[in-house]
Amino acid sequence: MAREGLTGSRIRERRSVAGLRQADLARSLGISASYLNLIEHNRRRIGGKLLLDIARLLNVEPSMLTEGAEAALIATLREAATSANLPASEIARADEFTGRFPAWAEVLAAGFRRISSLERTVETLSDRLTHDPHLAASVHELLSTAAAIRSTAAILADEEDLTDEWRNRFHANINEDSRRLADSSKALVEYLDAGERVEDAAASPQDELESFLSDHNYAFDEVEAGHETPDTMIAAAPSLKSNAARHMARGILERVVQDAQLVTKHRFEAALEAVGPDPVELARHLASPVSLVFRRLAGLSKLEAGLVVCDRAGSLLFRKPTAGFVIPRFGAACALWPLFAALGQPGQVIRTPLVQLGRGRAGFECYAVADVVGRPVYNQAPLVQASMLVLPNSNLGEEDVIEVGSTCGVCPRELCPGRREPSILSTGL
Amino acid sequence: MGKHVLLVEDELNIIEAIRFLLSREGWDVDTHSNGTDAAEVIRDRKPDLVVLDVMLPGKSGFDILEELRGDAQTADLPVLMLTARGQSRDREMAEKAGVSRFMTKPFSNTEVLTAVRDLLYVHGQRT
Repeated sequence: MAREGLTGSRIRERRSVAGLRQADLARSLGISASYLNLIEHNRRRIGGKLLLDIARLLNVEPSMLTEGAEAALIATLREAATSANLPASEIARADEFTGRFPAWAEVLAAGFRRISSLERTVETLSDRLTHDPHLAASVHELLSTAAAIRSTAAILADEEDLTDEWRNRFHANINEDSRRLADSSKALVEYLDAGERVEDAAASPQDELESFLSDHNYAFDEVEAGHETPDTMIAAAPSLKSNAARHMARGILERVVQDAQLVTKHRFEAALEAVGPDPVELARHLASPVSLVFRRLAGLSKLEAGLVVCDRAGSLLFRKPTAGFVIPRFGAACALWPLFAALGQPGQVIRTPLVQLGRGRAGFECYAVADVVGRPVYNQAPLVQASMLVLPNSNLGEEDVIEVGSTCGVCPRELCPGRREPSILSTGL
Repeated sequence: MGKHVLLVEDELNIIEAIRFLLSREGWDVDTHSNGTDAAEVIRDRKPDLVVLDVMLPGKSGFDILEELRGDAQTADLPVLMLTARGQSRDREMAEKAGVSRFMTKPFSNTEVLTAVRDLLYVHGQRT
């Protein structure tokens, strides 16, 4: 995941490390100090020759500025370090490690992710007899038939004074059972082969889904326009290898189709033009659910909005990252996210300034809402899904800012009421 | 007098083989193939020992066993359980439900005979 959005911050960081004043660097580059200031605050995109010049003057690799020490990468490394029980002082050096050996850091992080995903595969597989009723029934049938054959064959072999009547009967039974054994073992192999494949463990279903979504920039105009259906889209996606990833992708694409029926892209853009990007204003104007507005806003690349959707159990169903807001790949997210608060009162729209603690104090404007999903049923607790829209905001005031983390293991917040695991960053960063 | 063994199993050919084996040992073998009313049938026929399959149509062997153990009349009845899954979880469940002995398919005839013999002997000593 490229984190271009933070190039400016990295330039600023590197400049202060080099002890250069903004005005001096600007002069050497032949640009105005105010333009450099805009760049450093990520207000202007930067690339090409200017970036190369800055990198040369700051004496760093250009890729250090564009890719830099990625927050997600560092978070993964910290997780890896924690599970290896490294002391906190070492864990705090993940940043430095990533900065100095970016390629090695990638290798380590990829290795750690692979281990985590393999561990989950092993867990699922080792418990498969328990969790897969069809498999359990097939195995029972197979072994029962084998038991019958074994028993009968042993009688035929061992009993010398067997009457002809019994002998014929047991022969017939063995014949019948061996045919059944052949059929049921064939059926079992077919089931194992065709159905729940052992997924390519290198990439977890979440990884596959994520690369599918980011390949399409989190927007599916072809599906909206009806040129593609969710099924044709999924069939044509090489990144969706596992059944689980295809299942998740289908859910997301079917949502796209529903959203397009409720509010066409054209109508949404007109509304955006009329009332601006405020989610509640837009929902009122369009007479549509706020969560739909969230999804529409997240689909606009210019807003650089992040979107997270979870179910009632808190499992993240959809994650669109945004620069600086780290969404954990595995395990549970920070319990303090407004996303989870929204689950408590479906329909209420939460709006709050928010800071994600971690490497820095990245600021965001955050909206969250929970909706009832599924068809109504009498006297049954409804299924609820919560959505949270995260918009970058670097001008946060000090008041009423919610401080959250990404996930406990890599969160520096002390004395947190929502903490599940001990902090590995006890001294903070 | 021959002891009375009730075999609760839905695989006809297993029934046939085990019935043959146990009968030759001089035991009186009776069979039943449905899970739903198995506990009732056991209470009615009052066998000295039950050979119980785990996976039966209608009701699982674990449920039947629990039902038997909850009833004073059958709380002490020796039960040999047959299962196709040798997983520790099944064994744990069976032990929790109060099984007397546990055997995984495919078993050998000697294993079954020895188990039935042991169970009947131990039970005979106690009563």
